[in-house]
Amino acid sequence: MDEHSIDKAPDAAADWPDQIYSLLKTHNITQVALVPDAGHSRLIRRCLADNEMKVVTLTTEEEGIALLQGAWLGGAKGVLLMQSSGVGNCINMLSLSIMHRCPLPMLVTMRGDFGEFNPAQVPMGNATQTVLEAMGTLVHRADTPEDIAPTVNATIRLAFNTFRPTATLIGQRVLGAKTFGKD
Amino acid sequence: MLAASGKLDRRELTRALLTDRGEMLVIAGLGAPAWDITAIGDCAENLPLWGGMGGAAMIGLGLALAQPKRKVLVITGDGEMLMGIGALATIAVQKPANLSIVVQDNEHYGETGMQETATRHGVDLVMMAKGAGIQHTMFVTKPDEVPALHKAIHAGQGPFFAVAKIDATSKPLVLPPREGALLQARMREAVMGPAAHHQL
Repeated sequence: MDEHSIDKAPDAAADWPDQIYSLLKTHNITQVALVPDAGHSRLIRRCLADNEMKVVTLTTEEEGIALLQGAWLGGAKGVLLMQSSGVGNCINMLSLSIMHRCPLPMLVTMRGDFGEFNPAQVPMGNATQTVLEAMGTLVHRADTPEDIAPTVNATIRLAFNTFRPTATLIGQRVLGAKTFGKD
Repeated sequence: MLAASGKLDRRELTRALLTDRGEMLVIAGLGAPAWDITAIGDCAENLPLWGGMGGAAMIGLGLALAQPKRKVLVITGDGEMLMGIGALATIAVQKPANLSIVVQDNEHYGETGMQETATRHGVDLVMMAKGAGIQHTMFVTKPDEVPALHKAIHAGQGPFFAVAKIDATSKPLVLPPREGALLQARMREAVMGPAAHHQL
């Protein structure tokens, strides 16, 4: 990861991104919709290297809600990867998943959360869970590395077994907050 | 096929595009395009949208990627397409050969009092699609161009994007079912058979 980037990627020793990738394979996820986040960078690389997965990089996160609605209409299972700021872009489009009872698992890496440095990330980060829940999404948080895989597994199962939007919020505490040497 | 204004009649255009559609799956953007496809004939292979403005083209992409052997047509309005205009870039990059998008462009927001859209003021959606990298495009204004448009959406050489300039007059409402779970389940069954409802 670029030393000069603001986002923080998981450190090389962390194995939770690989665990998420394994879960996507277990659940036969074939469409991965995303707007990149550094927290998901390793997972994104794993998905891009997988010929059985269609990775669709979106111009805005709400496109992913519509994409996965289409995927499900055609019998394919998908997941939406994004940063917490992107959740705000999805609000009205979540109507689709609720209206049609479309399974929609979302894996959200949090900013504006635990020890944030950038003030612009705080308003949406602080509102992420509230906004998702206001739009009928079942939300679970994972704030330790060992919580991530079981929570993601539950989020995917809940979406496809009960036909609704669901989300795992991966806490900034897991990734750490970058401080630009201004500790 | 022409209205009194000298522009294409939206419903006659829709009828022409859906003639001999075979197994083609059709997503219609909210408002008049949804009423149009329903007026021509409601069926399981239609998903008329009641909301999700800006999402029609992306639903088409997800469906086209999931079912690469089925033709997928998105029929939507200029206001709906403008709201999700970034989708043109996303679709151009994915290059789904089986996806066509036809914008019925009346240059107005028809459901809300006929306020003008950006296309009324010169914004060219075909140029935007070309700029995104969608190579197969058409700009249609006359009835004698419609057979070529029909051919293009069935050709499977997409992604294909077209704008058809249409008369702005509203047509009689022909409403599709409003139960979203029904609309989704019937299309899934049309694609996958009864197994659609037992998928794990």
